[in-house]
Amino acid sequence: MEILFYIFATLTLLCGLLVVFNPFSHNPVTSAMFLVLTIICMSGLFVLLQAYFLAAVQILVYAGAVIVLFLFVIMLLDVKEEERRRFQKFGTFLGFAAVTGLGAIIINTIGQSGIGEALTAKGAGETKTLGKLLFTEYVLPFEIISVLLLVAMVGCILLSKRDEPKEAETE
Amino acid sequence: MTIGLEHYLVVSVALFCLGLLGVIIRRNLIVMYMGLELMLNAANLALVAFSHFRDDLDGQILVFFIITVAAAEVTVGLALIVALYRKRQTTDVTDLTSMKL
Repeated sequence: MEILFYIFATLTLLCGLLVVFNPFSHNPVTSAMFLVLTIICMSGLFVLLQAYFLAAVQILVYAGAVIVLFLFVIMLLDVKEEERRRFQKFGTFLGFAAVTGLGAIIINTIGQSGIGEALTAKGAGETKTLGKLLFTEYVLPFEIISVLLLVAMVGCILLSKRDEPKEAETE
Repeated sequence: MTIGLEHYLVVSVALFCLGLLGVIIRRNLIVMYMGLELMLNAANLALVAFSHFRDDLDGQILVFFIITVAAAEVTVGLALIVALYRKRQTTDVTDLTSMKL
């Protein structure tokens, strides 16, 4: 089990790095493909954490829907521009420095706090219990989420509609 | 050595930092959005790890809601990018300077 964790964690971080900083290609399609790999490796980590339902949802929603949406938009807009542009050196360096500093601080804090010492996994993440909890205690947020999805759908249609202001003015 | 909570948290922090790095150094709006997705996923990983090691399912419920909200957020954001592209013919943030003094 330990070797599986290291394999999935390394793959997740490697693919995540290739999403944001790929030395071979600056094409957004490559980034999207590595994002798919990151998501799949992360759902492997979810399985190791015994969150089987979330692993399935992760693959269905992210790899199935979100990435397809990304690819649709990339192909719709025909984005090629960034390949010709170079990264700004100063900004990249500062970004690396800031992010490394932030990561070092948080990891150091985790190491010092001893947060996981008293905790041992017992493994109660059953899908059945999760479903029961979702439809009893958390049923109100669940319904509100559906309204949110409806609002997002309406907003999306409204935003991507071509505006035709001339007709209204002439009438 | 057994895998503890700290291991998962370190992976989560590293993934979050990668997403943040993507938002900072990339100039393409779509790739910046992918960086946002990475950051949300890192938060999800931390929540699932806490949920597993604390033997409490509330974390997983929260992750379920986060995934749904993230999907809605991506939809609206990409629609905004498409609308922006229609007006300006670009997805590069260095070209979007209409709020500059």
